[in-house]
Amino acid sequence: MSESKNNQLDMFAAGLAKLMIKLRWLVILAAIGASIAIGSHASKLEFSNNYRAFFSAENPELLAFEEFQATYTKSDNFLFVLQPRDNSGAFTNDTLAAVEYLTEQGWQIPFALRVDSLSNFQHTYATEDDLIVEDLVSDATKLTPDELAAKQQIALAEPLLRNQLITLDAGVTAVSVVLQYPEIALTEVPEAVAAARALRADVEERFPNVDVHLTGTSMLNNAFSEAVQNDLASLVPAMFIVVLLATVIAVRSVSATAATLIIIILSSTIAMGFAGYTGVKLTGPSPMAPVIILTLAIADSIHILISMRGAMREGLEKRAAIIEATRINFLPVAVTSVTTMIGFLALNLSDSPPFRDLGTITAVGIFAAWFLSVTLLPALLSLAPIRVPQRAANSERGSLMLGFANVVIRHSRLLLVSLTALSAALIAFIPTIELSDQWREYFSPRMEFRSETDKVIEYFGFYPVEFSVPAGDSGGVSEPDYLEKLDAFTEWLRAQPNVTHVYSITDIMKRLNKNMNADDPDFYRLPGDRELSAQYLLLYELSLPYGLDLNDRINIDKSASRVTATLEGTVSTKRAREFFVEVDAWFDQNAPQYKAPPTGPQVMFTYIAQRNVESMIAGTSIAIFAIAIIMILALRSISMGLISLVPNAFPILTAFGVWAILVGEVGFSVAAIAAISLGIVIDDTVHFLTKFMRARREKGLSCADSIRYAFETVGVAIIVNTIVLGAGFLVMTLSAFKINMEMGLLTALTIGLALILDFLFLPALLLLIARFSGETVNTKGDDYVRHTYNAAA
Amino acid sequence: MSDILITRQLRAALFSALLGASSVGVVAAHAQDTSVFEDDPAAKGETPAAIKGYEIAARSDRTDHGFSDSKVDATMVLRNAAGQTSERSLSFSTLEKENESEGDKSLVIFNSPRDVEGTALLSHAKILVPDDQWLFLPALKRVKRIASANKSGPFVGSEFAFEDFTLTELNKFTYAYSREEEVDGAMMDVVERFPRYEKSGYSKQVSWIDQEIYQAHKVEFYDRRGDLLKTLTLSDYREYDGVWRAHKFSMVNHKTNKETDLVYGEYEFKTGLDSGDFVKGVLQRIR
Repeated sequence: MSESKNNQLDMFAAGLAKLMIKLRWLVILAAIGASIAIGSHASKLEFSNNYRAFFSAENPELLAFEEFQATYTKSDNFLFVLQPRDNSGAFTNDTLAAVEYLTEQGWQIPFALRVDSLSNFQHTYATEDDLIVEDLVSDATKLTPDELAAKQQIALAEPLLRNQLITLDAGVTAVSVVLQYPEIALTEVPEAVAAARALRADVEERFPNVDVHLTGTSMLNNAFSEAVQNDLASLVPAMFIVVLLATVIAVRSVSATAATLIIIILSSTIAMGFAGYTGVKLTGPSPMAPVIILTLAIADSIHILISMRGAMREGLEKRAAIIEATRINFLPVAVTSVTTMIGFLALNLSDSPPFRDLGTITAVGIFAAWFLSVTLLPALLSLAPIRVPQRAANSERGSLMLGFANVVIRHSRLLLVSLTALSAALIAFIPTIELSDQWREYFSPRMEFRSETDKVIEYFGFYPVEFSVPAGDSGGVSEPDYLEKLDAFTEWLRAQPNVTHVYSITDIMKRLNKNMNADDPDFYRLPGDRELSAQYLLLYELSLPYGLDLNDRINIDKSASRVTATLEGTVSTKRAREFFVEVDAWFDQNAPQYKAPPTGPQVMFTYIAQRNVESMIAGTSIAIFAIAIIMILALRSISMGLISLVPNAFPILTAFGVWAILVGEVGFSVAAIAAISLGIVIDDTVHFLTKFMRARREKGLSCADSIRYAFETVGVAIIVNTIVLGAGFLVMTLSAFKINMEMGLLTALTIGLALILDFLFLPALLLLIARFSGETVNTKGDDYVRHTYNAAA
Repeated sequence: MSDILITRQLRAALFSALLGASSVGVVAAHAQDTSVFEDDPAAKGETPAAIKGYEIAARSDRTDHGFSDSKVDATMVLRNAAGQTSERSLSFSTLEKENESEGDKSLVIFNSPRDVEGTALLSHAKILVPDDQWLFLPALKRVKRIASANKSGPFVGSEFAFEDFTLTELNKFTYAYSREEEVDGAMMDVVERFPRYEKSGYSKQVSWIDQEIYQAHKVEFYDRRGDLLKTLTLSDYREYDGVWRAHKFSMVNHKTNKETDLVYGEYEFKTGLDSGDFVKGVLQRIR
């Protein structure tokens, strides 16, 4: 904590810059060579196409679902929805022929395990002592109008079909293909999707009157990787344009811009190479890493370049200006890099692996940018033909900032009170934010998955919620008490709002009981005898075609059965959560011994935000603590270190408040935003307070004059930096993935608010403290001596 | 309805396995008088590979000739991807087919689980048309004929389909000889076979038949897309007076990672059963 320490650091930085300039060719070659060597691993990067990638191996909802799937069947599927263009309904020769064709061809989709449709629905009925089991529809083109009408009646009366594969008005029908991926290669999903798309095209060509929509969890999985490719193709170029414009405007030199671009490109390359080396599979937020690195990496270079220009304007020759710029920026650049890295590294505590990847990759990129900025940048700049007119318009800019500083100092009390009140008012709205992770809405409407799914949900439910209802002992699913309770549960589910369909073995049991009693409608009820139920199941299994078995409904020792409730595609996350609570209560009240927790992707996504917020509380706390320590060390003052957190915590919270009012709901990226933005927005405070403290300590200036000094020296750089960062994160709002859009917008909002608070609130806070310690504040600033560039320190 | 097709072949495989009938062979030493057999040209085919395949299959199937009838108890152990297991025990009675234009007659009685104890399934296997099947449900005290083209769902929840049980009914397939292969020191003929039954769930099976006792040791089942679906391993072959029976059948489903082991006890042959013991009427009198 001594001046000599600071001087030692300055000397080291200056020496480093000198060395880099001296060995510039070697430095350039080594840096580029090493970057390419590391970056070459980026070719190994792959895009995940499995929604499960969003859940950690320890995620309780994922674990429950994995166990469920190991017991029954995987639930990856394609859902084809067939809609006759002339609205003639599903029960026409043409539409049913399309269903029949699609059902047969569905088996040709790679990894298909089961196909369910109107045509292969196993219709059972009795004639005398025979039990007839047959496809509901075969040879559709030959069916007479009477037969079509009869089949329609059967389908609409069948609880397993109604509202699941056929709409109530019989207008639209669906075919579901369940898949079991080996999960060995990433090519599996695209391969199946290509086949499904080809099949859709084939059906539409053969049956011109039938419009086919394609969705399902396999399309969802595919959409994740398509969204990434979409994002990388559109966002990275957009980001480059932003970065290019920002640099040109900030440094007004083609060669300096080129040098900056080299630094940030190499930083991203190193980070992505690192990601490839560690075998990361990009999905969701993690592909945003290069975009964020481009944004953040530029800040280091811009600070050094602006200082260098300032020094040259003062008359220093280029080489000396580079050394001077490196010297005075060495500490702030290091501190801002470390704080930003801490914020991103904290994401490693997130429950969602793509956020962990995003954090680690970005942290590596920031480290690379920092390292290259103090090594490669001086070497490159020494080669660049940079000329700066001495003492030009700069004084005007500086005086603008000085004038601004004077206004802030004059009105500090008003600013302090009004900003505190305004922030507090906005922060009060935070509890109204609704966590929303409807995975249909994760994708922008320009993505095929979203537009297709939006059409499908007009006719059918979309979000399956699974239950494995335990019967206690082996064979217990045939126990009359169990079946009665299961039936009650099924009926209760059917009566719930937002539930479109319920699949339960009780419907099969009732139908078989009727069939086995000569189709007497009075016997459409549960058998009421354990042995009889068990034997019905055995009979039923013997009569089924392969792929339509009961293995996906009843576990192998028949001690549990599966109930699937499908929820509407428009159901909100909040409503889904309420529904799960209601289910819980139903079991507690009616059948505690058979209690089954809901499971499935819908459940996993319903709680994903909560899980991530919980896991990131620790991450964010650690980040705040670590950043506070860094600030205390960097500013060499405990009180200043702690004060520095205030103008940074406020904008984060205020941004949530603004979001609550303007948008109202947010997905699980919300959990990551506090840690990320704290690491980023504190940079402005670092620059401002470093200059402020230098003025206080080295120049012995008053608090007010130190504020003026800070504004004058780094005010412009902070504004430029904020604009670049804000623009960078706004670019993320172009993402096809809602989570990234929200992350970009919320972070950009936070960065903007941080600038306001750094400029208006922080000075006021510093003055307040000064007044407390008895210092008089000169609000006019008439005894202040101008400094024209920040090298003045 | 490709799923139906899958089942048929599976059933063929399983039945032979389960009933022990088809996988049984009479040893080469016990060479049969093959003149009693008449080859079905539609199954035999015309190309050299088809004929060679057919002949190897025929030699295997016909080693079984003359077993007359058999009785055996078996235990089925089911294992799912989560590692949970479940057991069923069954008794099989089989009556040898009269000629190769039809299949064996069989009676399966379930001994456990307790809930289905006494349930009995009588089947008259056919070659190219749906089998005749009757089921007796003791709780209902009634016999029901099951009229379905697809008795090919998983047999009591196992990885065996009913179709798999009639594995070696010679004329259910056309054949293609593939190659010779040494497996664990034994020379095997590898023969591909293609179901002739329209509703079979399989597109193809590949069987490994040893050259010593002419028995199948492994069968691969390919689904209608042509992807490997299941592998059946037959082991613990024992000889009963010239007739061979495998006592352990292990079926692994590669898609679902589920497995079923079917383990047989000691066989009894020539127990005096006749066709009168394999008619619908006997079902109600079983217990």
